[in-house]
Amino acid sequence: MQFSLFSSPHLHQKNGVSQLMFQVILALLPGIAAYSWYFGYGVLINIALAVTTALASEALMLRARGQPLGLFLTDGSAVVTAVLLALCLPPLAPWWVPVIGAAFALIFAKHLYGGLGYNPFNPAMVGYVLLLISFPKEMTAWLPARELATHTVGLQESLELVFTGATAVQGMTIDALSGATPLDYAKTQLGLGQPMAEIRVQPLFGIVGGQGWEWINAGFLLGGLWLLYKRVISWHIPLAMLGSLLILALCFQWLNPAGYPSALFHLVSGGVLLGAFFIATDPVTAAATPRGRLFYGAGVGCLTYIIRTWGGYPDGVAFAVLLMNMTVPLIDYYTPPRVFGHNRH
Amino acid sequence: MKTRRLWSFSGGLKLPGHKNPSTPMPIVQAALPKRLVLPLQQHIGEAAEPMVSIGDQVLKGQVIATAQGYLSAPVHASSSGQVVALENRPIPHPSGLSAPCIVIETDGKDAWGERHPVENYRQIDPSHLRNLIRQAGIVGLGGAGFPTFIKLNPGPQPKVKTLILNGAECEPYITCDEALMRERAEEIIQGAAIMAHALNAYHCLIGIEDDKPEACTVLAAAAAEGIEVVPIPTRYPAGGEKQLIKVLTGQEVPSNGLPIDIGVVCHNVGTAAAVYRAIHRGEPLLSRIMTVAGKAVAHPGNLEVLLGTPIRHLLAQQGANIQSIDRLIMGGPMMGFTLHDDGAPVIKTTNCLLAGLHEDTRQPPAMPCIRCGACVEACPVGLLPQQLYWHARAKELDKTQDYHLFDCIECGCCAYVCPSHIPLVQYYRYAKSEIWTQEQEREKADLARQRHEFRQQRLAREQQQKAARQRARKAPVTPSASKAEKQAAIQAAVERSQAKRAAQKTAEDEPFSSP
Repeated sequence: MQFSLFSSPHLHQKNGVSQLMFQVILALLPGIAAYSWYFGYGVLINIALAVTTALASEALMLRARGQPLGLFLTDGSAVVTAVLLALCLPPLAPWWVPVIGAAFALIFAKHLYGGLGYNPFNPAMVGYVLLLISFPKEMTAWLPARELATHTVGLQESLELVFTGATAVQGMTIDALSGATPLDYAKTQLGLGQPMAEIRVQPLFGIVGGQGWEWINAGFLLGGLWLLYKRVISWHIPLAMLGSLLILALCFQWLNPAGYPSALFHLVSGGVLLGAFFIATDPVTAAATPRGRLFYGAGVGCLTYIIRTWGGYPDGVAFAVLLMNMTVPLIDYYTPPRVFGHNRH
Repeated sequence: MKTRRLWSFSGGLKLPGHKNPSTPMPIVQAALPKRLVLPLQQHIGEAAEPMVSIGDQVLKGQVIATAQGYLSAPVHASSSGQVVALENRPIPHPSGLSAPCIVIETDGKDAWGERHPVENYRQIDPSHLRNLIRQAGIVGLGGAGFPTFIKLNPGPQPKVKTLILNGAECEPYITCDEALMRERAEEIIQGAAIMAHALNAYHCLIGIEDDKPEACTVLAAAAAEGIEVVPIPTRYPAGGEKQLIKVLTGQEVPSNGLPIDIGVVCHNVGTAAAVYRAIHRGEPLLSRIMTVAGKAVAHPGNLEVLLGTPIRHLLAQQGANIQSIDRLIMGGPMMGFTLHDDGAPVIKTTNCLLAGLHEDTRQPPAMPCIRCGACVEACPVGLLPQQLYWHARAKELDKTQDYHLFDCIECGCCAYVCPSHIPLVQYYRYAKSEIWTQEQEREKADLARQRHEFRQQRLAREQQQKAARQRARKAPVTPSASKAEKQAAIQAAVERSQAKRAAQKTAEDEPFSSP
């Protein structure tokens, strides 16, 4: 009897790309739940719009590039990109904001570079930065968290606000509802010479960070730790990123407690935890060697702190990630592991 | 068992063992097949040279092919009978090609030829001991098949510090070494003592993965002075020679180097048992213990099989459903290779036969690499598998070497964990063979160039010599030579030509005379 020949190994792990992506989405759920609890239906509408656009763009580009639709459309990578982008957008942003962002992320940042695995820049962050610099007004109109809202917006009102810009019943516009984020407020007030202690007593702030943001970030932390436990991501990038940011924040806080927010405030008031566990760890665009990941994560953490403290934007995670994406080939080249039987040189 | 300090190697995997079906099975003697097919090459190195011809009667243990060159091993008749063929037959080899084999039709008597056991090996010179081991045809039974006597030669090395016996058996499914250690601990220990004597080694460590507690206990109880049984953590590929040495001694075999470079020699436990039989009983290597397992096998187990037994015979004996076999693997699921034909025989390096795996072996379509780094974490050598893959795929062969392609041990850890299901090892094998081919071609070209240069030199030399001869001939006839001399020379030439013509004429006149 004759048999076919195959190449070893003959055993394989079951975990594929789509399972990895699915686990990432699963890990995002606690954060998403907290986010929509504090900021309403807008978050979910953003996700729905971004995911739909992303899948449509992905299908379009796969067709244009003559790639198999079924294999790649189900890999989950487009969904992860879309959800991450949507989580960075202000709730109740006009409908075209997530649509433009997701389409740009998928078409320009991903497929024009060769699709899954070939993009040098994190597509979600490219989409976010495009929106941030092109539509600054829409991108900074944030809702107040649940406790501070004078009026909670229901599902129908949310949809009206997203698609028409105003509610038919109340005659309310987004502008009337929105305000600054805690990070934005703190940055502006520090710029005006207010000491941190006085800024912190504003109702915008909660126990350690921004009102509501603490819990959203706790949700992302929970999901992130689960990803670490499931070994979907390695510890190097989150640890290095959070560590470097914390060390910088502690140093400056120690030097001048009135002039700089606390380290903990940095951690739980913006996109740092989402960035550390879900964005900077994007395998395609992050460094691949274990040592390289430490440098890469530390770079993202430092740049985030620098941009937040002295840069033009209240949060710096997106820029920090994109800047560090550029350095990845160099980092990987200079940080190979030591090969067995070779001496360190 | 003393607790001993252990080291660890980076990477590696915790694999599903699948050893349960065959682990408890005692070693069973496989039935004598009607025909034994003995390939001339069952080891690394030169194929053996046949010593018998068709029709010859052979006895069990008789040499039927002798070693050719240093790196080679003889082949013995594994049972008595008649040589019925010397021809190309399917052999167990990744290529699926056929190779020269000696086919013996067994007579069922299993009659031994002469045996020369050694009374006391301690009184024998190590070089003579090595020679006996060589004549017994013993090669590494772990899978690589390196002639054992060479590895028992410490060479100019001042001292072999440690002899290591490899009982790790880290691949899933395989349990033959475990069965051997459990049942024939005495043989292994005695073999280890002989090896240590041949090497003049200080002490001997036997490394066993800690998922085989019974083997550890039994061996430790049998262990003699200077031999230590060391349980090591179960982590694939702990049974890789270099990994095992690292775990047991903390030392790394240098890249491009051999264990002997750091004073270590490593042999498989099965090899030690074979050495014991060769020396104490005068039996050459005629059989080996192997595992037959897999989804399609009704009665998985550990068998003592005569070398040359066709695999078909074993599958039938263990109740295999041949039709349901999707792939037939010789060796383990991580590093073993698939067989094309179940007529191929068991050879010295056959440690396991897997008829289908319990897991789904269908490989999903390969996706693009997402640089997740799982392969980097899994690699026990510290390579960057994804970089190697990029460069191998782009045929940037020099870059693959910059990334230490030739340090890859092809353990398959990277391909196992790859979420994109990229057959990484296949790319490395491809790159290695491309580089070897290029090197061969370069050598060939170098040789051709050298030959051409030699030829040019020779022609030039001949030219010079010719010129020199001409000059020498012309030299006496100088322009200043007298007229009389010239006249004499012409006269002599004319006479010579006349004499020649006359000789030719006589030859033509007598056509039947010899020239």
